[in-house]
Amino acid sequence: MAQITLIEAVTQALAYEMAHDESVVVLGEDVGVNGGVFRATQGLQEKFGEWRVLDTPLDETTIAGVTVGLAVQGMKPVAEAQFEGFIYPMMEQIACHAARLRNRTRGRMTVPAVWRAPWGGGIRAPEHHSEANEHLFTNIPGLRVVMPSSPARAYGLLLAAIRDPDPVMFFEPKRIYRQYKEEVPDDGEALPLDVCFVLRDGTDVTLVTWGAQVKECLEAADELAQKGISAEVIDVATLTPLDFDTIAESVTKTGRCVIVHEAPKTAGYGAEIAARLSEECLYSLLAPVERVTGFDTHIPLFRLEMKYLPSVERIVEAAQRTLAAS
Amino acid sequence: MSIAAKFEIEYLQYLDQDGKEVGKELPEFAKDLDHMVELYKLMVSTRVFDAKSIALQRTGKLGTYASCLGHEAAHVGIGSAMRREDSLAVSYREYGAQLYRGVKPREVYMYWGGDERGNDFADAPKHDFAWCVPIATQCLHAAGSALAFKIRKEPRVAVCTIGDGGSSKGDFYGAINIAGAQNLPLVAVIVNNQWAISVPRRIQSGANTLAQKGLAAGLFCIQVDGNDIIAVRKAMEDALERARSGQGGSVIEAVTYRLGDHTTADDARRYRGEQEVKDAWDRDPVPRLRKWLEAKGKWDEAKEEAWKAECDDWMDKEVDAYLETKTQPATAMFDYLYAELPADLVAQRDFVASLDRQS
Repeated sequence: MAQITLIEAVTQALAYEMAHDESVVVLGEDVGVNGGVFRATQGLQEKFGEWRVLDTPLDETTIAGVTVGLAVQGMKPVAEAQFEGFIYPMMEQIACHAARLRNRTRGRMTVPAVWRAPWGGGIRAPEHHSEANEHLFTNIPGLRVVMPSSPARAYGLLLAAIRDPDPVMFFEPKRIYRQYKEEVPDDGEALPLDVCFVLRDGTDVTLVTWGAQVKECLEAADELAQKGISAEVIDVATLTPLDFDTIAESVTKTGRCVIVHEAPKTAGYGAEIAARLSEECLYSLLAPVERVTGFDTHIPLFRLEMKYLPSVERIVEAAQRTLAAS
Repeated sequence: MSIAAKFEIEYLQYLDQDGKEVGKELPEFAKDLDHMVELYKLMVSTRVFDAKSIALQRTGKLGTYASCLGHEAAHVGIGSAMRREDSLAVSYREYGAQLYRGVKPREVYMYWGGDERGNDFADAPKHDFAWCVPIATQCLHAAGSALAFKIRKEPRVAVCTIGDGGSSKGDFYGAINIAGAQNLPLVAVIVNNQWAISVPRRIQSGANTLAQKGLAAGLFCIQVDGNDIIAVRKAMEDALERARSGQGGSVIEAVTYRLGDHTTADDARRYRGEQEVKDAWDRDPVPRLRKWLEAKGKWDEAKEEAWKAECDDWMDKEVDAYLETKTQPATAMFDYLYAELPADLVAQRDFVASLDRQS
């Protein structure tokens, strides 16, 4: 079986679902002949034709609104926002229509659509190409916000997102698009959209994260192990609706929690998880909940971006602080 | 000098404001006078419905309501030209088109009366969009619908309606742009009623016509007298036929006038003069068609009175049905959010259910 990268897993999932469900169409800027600027849709237009893999006019609003119309009329569109930083013009269509049509028509109209977007920093990209803004979507009812962190989870979660009867934001951490390969059977098996994944068991502290920071958290867990600290690592994967039970169970066991994310700290999604922990797990906590996040600044241009992104060192220090507290 | 592009916009009118034919040969549908009587009757019932809606609002039985007074010819002209399998994406006052397609007055009352069930059309096509309050966003839903029809090779057309103000938005341009680029079966109708709340048409655009905006997108464009139902219907029929047969989309500008306030929360006297409104009443689409039908011997005062009485009865029944509709349980706010309620929302829903039990 071939070993594939995260982005190849995205392509594999799209190709599988398009071959098995003719209502699935892909649309966006440069998704056709060019196969997407990151090559996520490579070869799809050749295989499925230009009416199922559509290059659109260069207008994010158009892509988002047309996606709503396609989905309402029985298609399963997978729209690409070329970069997370360009997603803002899409938000009205997503928030006002995609996320609420089922509710406002009492179930008469539904929007089974997926918006894929290469997400986050760390690839030395130009300005507006490195945003992490998942928290702007986690506050929108009626949406699912999903972020894979490995090739296998990219494949399984994207299949689940396309098959889901409701709109899904699928944010792809582009920093780890090609970071490593793993075996991903092309078997059409979806992963559940309502669970967090416990990637590493531990007993002293829980590291809660998603997207590209899963890598840093796993590395931090290795370093902590060398210092005799046992860290549990949770990949939230589906941010909303949240599987808080898995997080609560872990933190109840370890008594300590470090939340790691790339987006700015204030009102980032980590704030929601921290608040839930204080509401539901306070008496199990042995130390204040720590957050290791991007700063409340714009992500700098690329010379400084690695200073902005959470590092293994910052995660290890935060975990050690929780242990020092009790 | 070499010319890179040249254009002209046709203005279409069959009946003048006194209901007299302007000398243009009538289209086939207009020669079927019984059918024209049916269209007239719907224009009248739309007006009766509208007056009833405002009365409901003034007596506290409806929330804010957007009136369609003066738009009856445009709206009925649009709705009556479409086939059931076509899809309609409206903004929020196109009741004449919607009533023709089977939306019930009680559903309109429910929507403006604060109940989402008004958007769950019982008899109208399930593929017709719900009311769309954010301006112009519905145009892209229609473009997406047209794309779905094209991909599936279905002979169906997506129609969107938008106001003069809405045509200033990028969503409108994005919709007609992709329709031109992909040759989609889209008909976009700008119902130009001269006012976007308090902002007049001249502030929306420096273009001579709003119809010509479609030229930049490569669409067929026409301006019609939006108070002449024959003109609206004819332009619609032609546009639908072109779209259905793969000859591309259209932009139709129906020039009309908003005789009422923007909504019941608005007072148009604050920003427009009495004379302008008085002049607009002279172009009122309803008496125009009535005069024409009377001259043809197809309508008279007795028929008018009888039909209005019938409309009153109809609306009274619809109002009763609306007023008798019990408010949904509060848990309804959770029950259509996702196909299945996510586990993380169960506790919130249970809490809301407990509030309902207490009250």
